[in-house]
Amino acid sequence: MSLFGLWFLQLLLVPALSPLFIGIVRRVKARLQNRVGARVTQPYRDILKLFRKDEVVSADASWIFSSAPYLIFAVSILLGASIPLLSAHLTATVLGDLLTVVYVIALSTFFLALAGMDTGNAFGGFGSSREMTVAALTEGGLIFSLLALAFTAHSSNLFVIAGAISSLSLLAFTPIILAFVAFVIALLAETGRFPFDNPATHLELTMIHEAMILEYSGKKLALMEWAAANKFMLFLALGANLFFPWGLAASASPPALILALGALVFKLLVFCVLVALLESSLAKFRFFRLPDLLFMSFILSLIALSLIV
Amino acid sequence: MFTAVSAQSSFFLALLFLGLGSLGSACLWKKDAAANWWGNLCAITASVFGLLSAIRVLLGGAAFSLAADSPLGALSFSFTVDKLSAFFIFVISLIALPASIYGLGYVKHYYGRYSPGVLGFFYNLFLAGLFLVVSADNALFFLTVWEIMSLASYFLVIFEHREPDNISAGTRYFIMTHAGTACIILAFLVLYRFTGSFEFDVIRENFAAVPAYAKNIVFLLTLAGFGTKAGIIPLHIWLPSAHPAAPTHVSALMSGVMIKTGIYMFIRILIDFSPGAPLWWGIAVLLIGAASSLFGVLYALTEHDIKKLLAYHSIENIGIILLGLGSALVFWAAGAESLAMLGLIAALFHTLNHAVFKALLFLGAGSVISQTRTRNMEEYGGLIRTMPYTAALFLTGSLAISALPPFNGFASEWLTFQSLFSGFGSFGRSVAGVFALSAGALAFTGGLAAACFVKAFGATFLARPRSVEAARSRESAPSMVLGMGVLALLTLVIGIFSGVVSRVLSVVVADRPGFSTVPVPVSVPAASLSLGSGFAAMSLPLVFVSLAAVSALVAFLTYLATAGRRVKIGRTWDCGTDLTPRMEITATGFSRSLISIFRGILKPSKQTTIEYRDADSRFFPQTRSVKLEIKDVYSAYFYRPVERLTMALAAQIKKIQCGNVNAYIVYLFAALIALLVWAVI
Repeated sequence: MSLFGLWFLQLLLVPALSPLFIGIVRRVKARLQNRVGARVTQPYRDILKLFRKDEVVSADASWIFSSAPYLIFAVSILLGASIPLLSAHLTATVLGDLLTVVYVIALSTFFLALAGMDTGNAFGGFGSSREMTVAALTEGGLIFSLLALAFTAHSSNLFVIAGAISSLSLLAFTPIILAFVAFVIALLAETGRFPFDNPATHLELTMIHEAMILEYSGKKLALMEWAAANKFMLFLALGANLFFPWGLAASASPPALILALGALVFKLLVFCVLVALLESSLAKFRFFRLPDLLFMSFILSLIALSLIV
Repeated sequence: MFTAVSAQSSFFLALLFLGLGSLGSACLWKKDAAANWWGNLCAITASVFGLLSAIRVLLGGAAFSLAADSPLGALSFSFTVDKLSAFFIFVISLIALPASIYGLGYVKHYYGRYSPGVLGFFYNLFLAGLFLVVSADNALFFLTVWEIMSLASYFLVIFEHREPDNISAGTRYFIMTHAGTACIILAFLVLYRFTGSFEFDVIRENFAAVPAYAKNIVFLLTLAGFGTKAGIIPLHIWLPSAHPAAPTHVSALMSGVMIKTGIYMFIRILIDFSPGAPLWWGIAVLLIGAASSLFGVLYALTEHDIKKLLAYHSIENIGIILLGLGSALVFWAAGAESLAMLGLIAALFHTLNHAVFKALLFLGAGSVISQTRTRNMEEYGGLIRTMPYTAALFLTGSLAISALPPFNGFASEWLTFQSLFSGFGSFGRSVAGVFALSAGALAFTGGLAAACFVKAFGATFLARPRSVEAARSRESAPSMVLGMGVLALLTLVIGIFSGVVSRVLSVVVADRPGFSTVPVPVSVPAASLSLGSGFAAMSLPLVFVSLAAVSALVAFLTYLATAGRRVKIGRTWDCGTDLTPRMEITATGFSRSLISIFRGILKPSKQTTIEYRDADSRFFPQTRSVKLEIKDVYSAYFYRPVERLTMALAAQIKKIQCGNVNAYIVYLFAALIALLVWAVI
């Protein structure tokens, strides 16, 4: 398969699979709470339903509000094509640069926060404020946890990293575990999970992500929800394929890719169950305790980095 | 027509037009409109010639110089425009051009209140000072033009002299800039003591003769003197008050360009003059850079005065430039010339980028201020509907300063990051630790800057207007929009052509003594920018094209999929009450949580005052006010003690001033005797 073909495949893969993983996390959480829970395909139905609905837009909203969903969704799927999902073969993709990926994520967060402020809703503004607070403090831990890998691989291209980590000895792997813990903290913060944010709440005192998209409806809400699901899958895939890059396709032939897809889905399933377990066993933190966790993520990455270089 | 003019004559034509603009405006001081047109048109012409001259030198032209002796021995009017000077002339002209175009429209609101003639006089003088500062080749001549630049900018700061705040801001600037100049004079005197000349060329040649301790003294004096102008923490205290006080297009030049003259002299003295600098110079610059960037952005978060917010971001960005420069110094000291070149390219690139987006943001803020008549962001809101162009252009600047791809800020921060990353593995633990902390500071700075600009843009342009003035605002004059538009386009163009720009900058660095044979650390294969070490590569054109294409595709598909659906315009969800602008988040509220998190650094204080209807029952408050403040730790712990010490000393010295003429004659006599004795010995 040509490189462009592989790239295009990745572009479609994330939006196609991401609602599934949201559904799985919800299902596992429901089971842990002694509920039956909705089917794992429920998020697909939600998105489809929202696309069929009419839309209500606030009279105070500007073009930022109307265009942000397209940009945020585009970023989420573009990033899906910029990280190693199935194979480490797209090394020529300069979009897979570590800093580029982190700052493109920041671009979508920037517009998400602006969209939250746009309608003049009191909740939206607070959601944006909280989101930017968390995002600003997460960036250090996120960059440095990935940087620990980059220094192991002597490259900051995520595809090269995936290739290099998979051939690492177990002994050299120890600092990677530290970096992984740091990454998981950043993951939970970036994707709005416990203990940072409750993805299932509309309680004004605690919500972050939901507060920002409160004014959206219809197709734009669908895009926003879908983009959030994409971002969740993106971070899970980063965790799975950068820190545990086993099962990546060695060649770009279709059978190898199908096998790799199986491995990816399996790893993401494990991650989903772990996230669900974490969310069921942990209470949401007070907002002002979150920075401690985020600084811890940064410091863990620093330690990992100092063990590597 | 212009091709016939050489780099040298373009440079002199630029100076000539600035002189004409300056004198002409002064002559026209009674005619507001004519003075405005004359002053700004001369500045526009001069900056076009400046651009021409700089581009010719940058793209392969030879350096040119001119020296004219003066009747005063050591002072000679000599200047040289090499590639480094040409780069700074390029940046100055690049910002002066749109700023002057903007000025044509902006100055109109001074008609009848303040004199545009006076403004034009100092504005052109200020620009001429800037041009000469970055090309002077003799220390005394340099100090002369440095003073012209400082004084002209001082008068521009107090131009709106009927505002008492501006006068005190100006005084603070005046004192700080001269304290800095005193350090610079001392630095040059120390150099003169050991090299025997004020000519830069001679100093460069004889620098090896300077003993190590004197080199360190020169370094510290340079750091303090030029650091004051650059606005490094803790010498920054003049900057957040002086920059906002000046007329907007001057603020843009002060923040975008003038503080960079400090960076220019850092490179001149620390890189050009002194090969083989000790390692700790670079470490010191790195630490100052890290502190300035992180503290600068934190103070910016606390501001709700839009121009002060931007001024604090200048401190942040100077910090980022110093991170590049500091890593260059460390590598330079360690003999890793190629990496030093990377650090310098990053520093120069960020110098250019910060000039462009900061000027853009200041001009945008000026447009808003000229409509709303206030700098308080809490009284803005909803301006995106009344000022759509300004809003879009300010947003571009916000994205660029937050280092978001594909705009130019990302390119230079990326290079700075790479330069800092290169230091992780190359040295012992402690030096690597400094690099890691600096990179960490840069990472947090990037995130906090984004938070700050969500706040600035959101509170200013989004939601509903929070004041009558904001609701009544209109789009600003075409020349103002044009000035901002040029800069906004530049943020994107420089970002997309970041590969080409870094190649040109590598030529500028290779022109430094000692760098000519160094392998270039960046390469630009296929529209991307990659490091020579192969550690990282990125491509902003690709990011731009793929983002635009995928966004368009998503929008198109969504349109197809939802063709039959209606869009209803409704009201923002209001929980059943009447939604008023007071319920929107404010700039202060937005950053409150970040301020609380960083309370150890920012020292916020909160003072609540409640008046009750009935003093006995205390159930029904009548009025309630909350005052939030940030403690100025620099004043409290550094400047106040210095001031107290000075005053105490002055009080002691005052004792000899007894008012008795006889006593004064005794002093004179004693001094004479002492001098005689000293002369004999």
